[in-house]
Amino acid sequence: MEWLDSFWSTYSTLVLSTGTNVLLALSIYVTLACGLLSVANAGFMAIGAYSAVLLTLHTVTPLPLALMVGAIAAAMVALLIGVPTLRLSGVYLAMATLAFGEVVRILILNAEDVTGGALGLNGIPQLVGVFEVITSVAVALYVFLRLAHSRIGRTITAISQDEIATELMGLNVRAYKLVCFVIGAALAGLAGALNAHFTFFISPNEYGFERAVEILAMGVIGGVSSPWGAVLGGTLITALPELLRGMGRYRPLINGVILIMIILYSPKGLWDGLQTLLRRVRP
Amino acid sequence: MLRLSALSKNFDGLRVLDNLDLTIPSRGVFGLIGPNGAGKTTVFNLITGLLAPSSGSIEFSGERLNGLPPFMITRRGIARTFQNIRLFKEMTAEENVLVAMGEHPQYGVLKALVPGAYRRAEDSERMAVRALLSRVGLSAKAHQRAGFLSYGEQRRLELARALATRPKLLLLDEPAAGMNAAEKQELGEEIEKLAASGLSILLIEHDMRFVMKICAEIAVLSFGRWIAQGGPVEISAHPKVIEAYLGNNAREN
Repeated sequence: MEWLDSFWSTYSTLVLSTGTNVLLALSIYVTLACGLLSVANAGFMAIGAYSAVLLTLHTVTPLPLALMVGAIAAAMVALLIGVPTLRLSGVYLAMATLAFGEVVRILILNAEDVTGGALGLNGIPQLVGVFEVITSVAVALYVFLRLAHSRIGRTITAISQDEIATELMGLNVRAYKLVCFVIGAALAGLAGALNAHFTFFISPNEYGFERAVEILAMGVIGGVSSPWGAVLGGTLITALPELLRGMGRYRPLINGVILIMIILYSPKGLWDGLQTLLRRVRP
Repeated sequence: MLRLSALSKNFDGLRVLDNLDLTIPSRGVFGLIGPNGAGKTTVFNLITGLLAPSSGSIEFSGERLNGLPPFMITRRGIARTFQNIRLFKEMTAEENVLVAMGEHPQYGVLKALVPGAYRRAEDSERMAVRALLSRVGLSAKAHQRAGFLSYGEQRRLELARALATRPKLLLLDEPAAGMNAAEKQELGEEIEKLAASGLSILLIEHDMRFVMKICAEIAVLSFGRWIAQGGPVEISAHPKVIEAYLGNNAREN
């Protein structure tokens, strides 16, 4: 038991971060799965984090409610910006959503009275533990796995392969894409709200460009053929730097090389690569 | 059933369709022919809502279609296949047809969340899909990826997928292209069977023997205008049609 205690005191944050990163990976998985290259999820994460923290910091809102508010706030903003921006596709959508992320960051930076500006918000109550994180991941993963194998998942796959053909099958492609975008935002908002309640401190710079790219990397490295890909991607991106701790100053370099190798040898993501490997081992 | 009135389409000042009127009956096979570049596929794109007309109107069963998004037009009962096949290549033949059944869902989001609950609903959908696949002779290929099917098989899968949306009017864009004689024969019989079952079919095709054999009526388009309309015998003897195909446009064929 003593071993577990010492493990927990060292790695509790890592375990919790893995959980919220898996949520973030799932949040980008939904949009990538229907062919949307959106990098707005860091922005949605910020919206979720700040709206939940402002509640728990200044009022006596119970945690589940604050988490819900975080997710819903992000979803509402997604609905608002999704209607005009989802007319774009490919790199144009990436540009627009990247700009959105920057707008969110700069707004938070400048609304000093409410958000504390660049200094961020301190002394956030540490209300989130393993239970909250694991429950959130489990519920999200369950819902995604069920839907992925239903007609809803099939429609989303069809959209990613040929939007026009899907539309001409009588399916409302724009509505599907908007719903995916909004659900992704809600999940990112939830992840932000959860994450803020075990890190004690949040500031706008945590939700900038680097975070946006990190989230995208989790989705791409894991792959979009199954929600399990997001679990793999989120876990790997969180754990890899820790596993390479012994490498000293070469750590970021080796980290990068490993990620590039994965994409080179398994361009459809880790999950797809593993499936192929398994099929080859026992046909 | 389908009525085009004074339909025109310009692309950057280039008039590709000029003031077209056309009425397609609610039954039977109607042929739409003409030299390459005449604007036939553009007519299909306007009917299905992929392009907006520059002027004129499209009516289906007395309802105006202009301005409706494509998915709503499909739901009104118009389905199509594509000249340059647009299947979901990474999905199996069965899944391709299942996607098209999504317009008539047998179960909703909540049911999809409960293990086993949507199995039965899904099973009945799969039965319908199997029936459609066997109708186009693809039963044995149900679990093969669409991208791995032969050209002719892909065309037939597109037909099955279009039928899964339960259309009243079916638009076929060169359905016989790339098929061998035996496949064409089968396809012709299938189209005639569909028409006999009460479906209206509008067909673009370059194989004249095929068109003349299965179409009750044919309209000929050249440079965005009708040059002739009538039965197969009349059309094949029509001087303007012969001129369009062989005369000044000999390079087209």
